[in-house]
Amino acid sequence: MDLSIGWAHAGPSILASFLASIVECVEALTVILAVGSVRGWRGALSGSAAALAVLLALVAALGRALMNIPLDIVQLVVGALLLLFGLRWLRKAILRSAGLIPLHDEQAAFSRNIEAMQRFGGVRGWDKVAFAACFQITMLEGTEVVFIVIAVGAGGTGLLLPAGLGAFAALIVVIALGIALHRPLASVPENTLKFFVGVLLSAFGTFWFGEGIGLRWPGADWAIAGLIAAFLAVALLTVSLCRRQASCDAVTVRP
Amino acid sequence: MRWIGTIFREIFGLFVDDGSFAITILVWLGVTRLLLPRLDVFSRWSGLILFAGLGLVLVESAVRYARGRQTTLDKQGPKSASHS
Repeated sequence: MDLSIGWAHAGPSILASFLASIVECVEALTVILAVGSVRGWRGALSGSAAALAVLLALVAALGRALMNIPLDIVQLVVGALLLLFGLRWLRKAILRSAGLIPLHDEQAAFSRNIEAMQRFGGVRGWDKVAFAACFQITMLEGTEVVFIVIAVGAGGTGLLLPAGLGAFAALIVVIALGIALHRPLASVPENTLKFFVGVLLSAFGTFWFGEGIGLRWPGADWAIAGLIAAFLAVALLTVSLCRRQASCDAVTVRP
Repeated sequence: MRWIGTIFREIFGLFVDDGSFAITILVWLGVTRLLLPRLDVFSRWSGLILFAGLGLVLVESAVRYARGRQTTLDKQGPKSASHS
């Protein structure tokens, strides 16, 4: 890790990576708990462990490949991808906060998965169903975490480690809570997390893309803090605009 | 091997769920990539211009979604609106 990187970069990198990863880990945990409790833990945990091994290999390979690409190109491409990803999350979180689309319900997802697992027959020997289900969900959610870590960490020298640490901390926290509770983390304020993570990722994406096209930000790295505040203000304003629109709907369509 | 296709679809879905929103973001990034370095104000205002465009794209897309929902509700009538 490059020790010269400032807190202005490392702090938001750890936070963005931690919060984004915790959302994905909670979604994976819901399915793994459902599969494990119905089909048994051996197949479920083996499937997740296998997927984690594949993902770690992917991170190592991609991380090494990224080192060979010029930094401005990485910043340009990663910035654009991060903006597509972050603004998509932020838009969805805004629409959820405004009540225009329903909130994600982990408890309902858990029940659906339990029902789906019970439809398969009984377990004889090695449980392929449990293995495949947990491998798939860990790969799906883990791929998102890998992208977040690489996107947040690839924009600057020495940022991959703080971003990785943030994601690893999220994984540990979710595993610990999963072991302690043995049920889905239904009380996690997922939309609030997604709202804040969308703001952080959009700010990072704008900063990296600007750096990639050779833009000099006022205040250098501290411009990230300004971008976070600005995106937060725009997002809150948009929630209020959408709520107003929704309340106009109610008035317009009422008989 | 269907899960590989599912993973690719999920990866694409990470970046795109509303096509016009994603395209508008990419168009704005392309415009800023081409034009900002040629402007005299590049060093001073370009960060603000880049951010302002992205902010506008976000606001427009969310408000358009809300309006689209209103149009749908208007077509369905007051009975269905009370259920939504």
